[in-house]
Amino acid sequence: MLYRESGDFSSTYPQDSQTFPIKFDRYRYYFVLFIAIAVIPFIINDYWVNSLFLPFLIYAIAAIGLNILVGYCGQVSLGTGGFMAVGAYACYKLMTSFPDISMLVHVLLSGLITAAVGVLFGLPSLRIKGFYLAVATLAAQFFLVWLFNRVPWFYNYSASGQISAPERTFFGINITGANTQAWATYLFCLMFVIFSAYIARNLTRGSVGRKWMAIRDMDIAAEIIGVNPLRAKLTAFAVSSFFVGISGALFFSIYLGAVEVGEVFGIQKSFLVLFMIIIGGLGSIFGSFAGAAFLVLLPVVLKIVGVDWLGWPTDIVAHLQLVIVGGLIIVFLIAEPHGLAQLWRVAKEKLRLWPFPH
Amino acid sequence: MPEQLAFALEVTANGLMAGVLYALVALGFVLIYKASGIFNYAQGVMALFAALTLAGIMDGQVPFSHLINAIFGTDVHYFGWNVPAFLAILLTMVVMIALAYAVQRLVFRHLVGQEPIILFMATIGLAYFLEGVGDLMWGSDIKSMDVGLPQGINGWIDNTTFELFGYGFFIDNLDIVASIIAALLVIGLVIYAQYTKQGRAMRAVADDHQAALSVGVSLNFIWILVWSLAGFVALVAGIMWGTKSGVQFSLSLIALKALPVLMLGGFTSIPGAIVGGLIIGVGEKLFEFLIGAPFLGGATENWFAYMLALIFLVFRPQGLFGEKIIERV
Amino acid sequence: MNMKMRLKLTTVALGVTLAAGPAMAELVFPSLSYRTGPYAANGIPFADGYADYFTLLNERDGGIGGEPIRMIECETGYNTEKGVECYESTKGEGALVYQPLSTGITYQLIPKATADGIPVHSMGYGRTSAKDGAVFKSIFNYPANYWDGASVAIKHLLDINGGSLEGKKIALVYHNSAYGKEPIRTLEELSKKHGFELSLLPIDHPGQEQKSQWLQIRREKPDNVIMYGWGVMNQVAVQEAANIRYPMDQFIGIWWSGSENDVRPAGEAANGYKALTFHNVGSDFPVFADIQKFVVDSGKAAGAGDQIGTALYNRGLYAAMLAAEAAKTAQGIHNTKALTPAQMRDGMEALEITEAKMAGLGLPNFGPEFKVSCENHGGNGLVAVSQWDAAADSWSLITDYVQSDQDVLEPLIAEDAAAFAAEAGITPGC
Repeated sequence: MLYRESGDFSSTYPQDSQTFPIKFDRYRYYFVLFIAIAVIPFIINDYWVNSLFLPFLIYAIAAIGLNILVGYCGQVSLGTGGFMAVGAYACYKLMTSFPDISMLVHVLLSGLITAAVGVLFGLPSLRIKGFYLAVATLAAQFFLVWLFNRVPWFYNYSASGQISAPERTFFGINITGANTQAWATYLFCLMFVIFSAYIARNLTRGSVGRKWMAIRDMDIAAEIIGVNPLRAKLTAFAVSSFFVGISGALFFSIYLGAVEVGEVFGIQKSFLVLFMIIIGGLGSIFGSFAGAAFLVLLPVVLKIVGVDWLGWPTDIVAHLQLVIVGGLIIVFLIAEPHGLAQLWRVAKEKLRLWPFPH
Repeated sequence: MPEQLAFALEVTANGLMAGVLYALVALGFVLIYKASGIFNYAQGVMALFAALTLAGIMDGQVPFSHLINAIFGTDVHYFGWNVPAFLAILLTMVVMIALAYAVQRLVFRHLVGQEPIILFMATIGLAYFLEGVGDLMWGSDIKSMDVGLPQGINGWIDNTTFELFGYGFFIDNLDIVASIIAALLVIGLVIYAQYTKQGRAMRAVADDHQAALSVGVSLNFIWILVWSLAGFVALVAGIMWGTKSGVQFSLSLIALKALPVLMLGGFTSIPGAIVGGLIIGVGEKLFEFLIGAPFLGGATENWFAYMLALIFLVFRPQGLFGEKIIERV
Repeated sequence: MNMKMRLKLTTVALGVTLAAGPAMAELVFPSLSYRTGPYAANGIPFADGYADYFTLLNERDGGIGGEPIRMIECETGYNTEKGVECYESTKGEGALVYQPLSTGITYQLIPKATADGIPVHSMGYGRTSAKDGAVFKSIFNYPANYWDGASVAIKHLLDINGGSLEGKKIALVYHNSAYGKEPIRTLEELSKKHGFELSLLPIDHPGQEQKSQWLQIRREKPDNVIMYGWGVMNQVAVQEAANIRYPMDQFIGIWWSGSENDVRPAGEAANGYKALTFHNVGSDFPVFADIQKFVVDSGKAAGAGDQIGTALYNRGLYAAMLAAEAAKTAQGIHNTKALTPAQMRDGMEALEITEAKMAGLGLPNFGPEFKVSCENHGGNGLVAVSQWDAAADSWSLITDYVQSDQDVLEPLIAEDAAAFAAEAGITPGC
């Protein structure tokens, strides 16, 4: 009915190559943006922001970052937690060293620092492939966590090694520390999410992204047709780590406010973000969002249903949560092996024909 | 200096023993990966589940008692009997075989022919699921595991080395037992794979699924078989580590210790898992002894294991014993 | 849009009944428990003890000062992110005091709860310098903290070594995390003062593999080992110590390494192991008869009932008792039955625990006597040593409550609190 390209004529090349070629899709996208920017900030409170939106948005950035590396460039990484820690500690050092500079600059710089570290640990990818590459990134994961725990300079020689975000502002509005407004932190993170998704989407549509995908699909063939594997792989590591670093910086400064590296950025975090992109869909920006939503929101929803509605004991609900999440992953896989993004794609194809499928 | 040398020898010996324990966990991964191309993320949770089941059966715990009590308002916890270790191990094996059957039947049969990453993801789901079920079934308190394995310093080695070096070496009896069991397990597996009908079928499947199918090997059966074997290995690993630390959630984290071993030894090689385990065990212990503890403030073992694997991989990208990667366009 | 309207929207969207606010005149105590995850074995008895004591007050006395208690349990799984969710979801219900039960969550809540004006009680964990109430206005960590623990461990060693540790070697085996690193600075200061040699042995999370560290201990033969361990690390450490035949009575753990869970897996070999504690152990107190009668027999016990009297159950019970006493104090100060978090904070700051008070509650000699004030949110630092008797399967106190070395600790606390105040822009003051 509404959802089809008929009647939607493009008369210029830019129009023809736009991200959402279908008019309805485009409007839906603007509508979602409108709701996210102009409606949600007015109706959310601390609970919504701190328990649902912030983790969802920040994980979405991390998932976009990892998806570039794993989904688009085919390089399996299990170092996400370590790279997020780089972002977080870079942000902490910048925040405490230059208190007067805007948070925006700090977060972006943290991303750049993480990108540099990412490239360094991406070097072995030129020689090691597939699951074996995961070892290189796992080495990064364990080494970085150990380093941040070990060297007191990173946590400003505090007694216990925890880092806490002091109050910092963005255009005069508090966005870190204790006295923040729900809408401010939400919008600050949303800004980075939109920025990341926009950059990632356009990078993956352009020549850089095509090179990544060529490497992913068959690296030797890609090399023969003129893709430089060194540059393609390292740019993927750099861009991916940049986003992951931003998410780590936000995770520490905006969301948690205080972080202990081993607990928050441990190996579990690396696995969690990897699960998100696999469940959401490899090689899909929408999939990154869907995966983050699935693994952040579902447990909270299950908790609310189990504990608040049904009044079950908290531990049974927590155990059932694991059973249900695990079961759902398997069921989804059997129904649609390519993740939530593929389900969405299939649904869109069906909608295009609906209501006259024949 | 001879004293330092004796210390280093002691550390090496202990590293070898630790390596055997790592290899034991890695073995479970290799078995499944070789036969079905699945990287089984749930292997660690399987070890936890097996150990929980064994401890629960031995204590005569009522499965799902917490859930039953919460729903029906009853107050049941124990059957009031104790099952002898040997019988309990058999019963646990029955549970693990049932689990293997269920996993194959309900999950992987529907995913035949999918890409490795998707199979990997299914095992993630399985890991979550099993973790939840394990907790629901047996509760989350720490259970002690006592199947009669000896523990503590081995007196004979202590005395002998004292006479030789003037310093008695510490070797844990449990580690010795573990090494013997691991050795027997590997020999048993190799004999099984080489000389029995199922073993040959298993190797055929590992070589080429389609060819194996075409000569009449039942893939379904083989996969249930390897999952059961992996369950058995998980049980053995669970008993070893459980005896050391009590049976508890952290047991599932031993999978992390197996990862560098796997990478180093190659995913597809049983001897690779053993040799890889030994290299990692000795390497991380020696590094901690020589460099980590004196100069870097200690606790370097975790990352060093991965760094070591990384260094090896740069020179041999397919692992020590992995099949040579032949790339064609 | 005002707050109430927003809440209403939340209510509609979530379908959660948020109607119960302070207006319902209940005393709300959230319990951020961890009955799942890697540390569940420790979280369950604590949560049971915390819940059972409040149930007892409700059943026996009709609450605190006639005001019924509502305890909201929220599962954190010892995970900081879930802790945030728990805090945010319960604070709207009029929560009076938070027990975050994890160092990570505590650090996370310190600025948030201070801004929201809700007191936090991190009993025997969390940020040690929160003892300085002039800086940490809403954070309390009475009756004892990690530095008190380290100091009292050294005092105990002084006692059993005839008053001198000159030339002795003491090893600290610690969880390589913020928590484990807490005692290092204190022990370094103390080693200067008493002339012992300190060696540090970090163990990485989770701590299943500690061969290297214990081989090092066997080689270097320290006279004593102090342990700051957590989770599986404790069980393995006790087992390894037994394996190398380290004398157990020279091995002292902090209170989080001193539960039944930590020593039972090692069996007989753990006999004689010592642990610090700031509350008594066992179930030989009058209040347990009441718990049996009003809570367990009526089927209202939080857990299976098999944890009663264990070290961690008693700790949970002790935490609940301190919270209830603080609430009573607050009711007295403000002459009201229903409390706000701010009034609760005042109650906590004026809390005084005396022997007579504890005896009156059916808990004679259960914990140290202490008094909280605006400057001192951490009590008097009284800690005792308990010892494990494997044959009797129980802990027992072997010393009185001993005060930590305030001369050493006070400057350290002042220094750390000042650093936090500078970083967070707080002007200290009472």
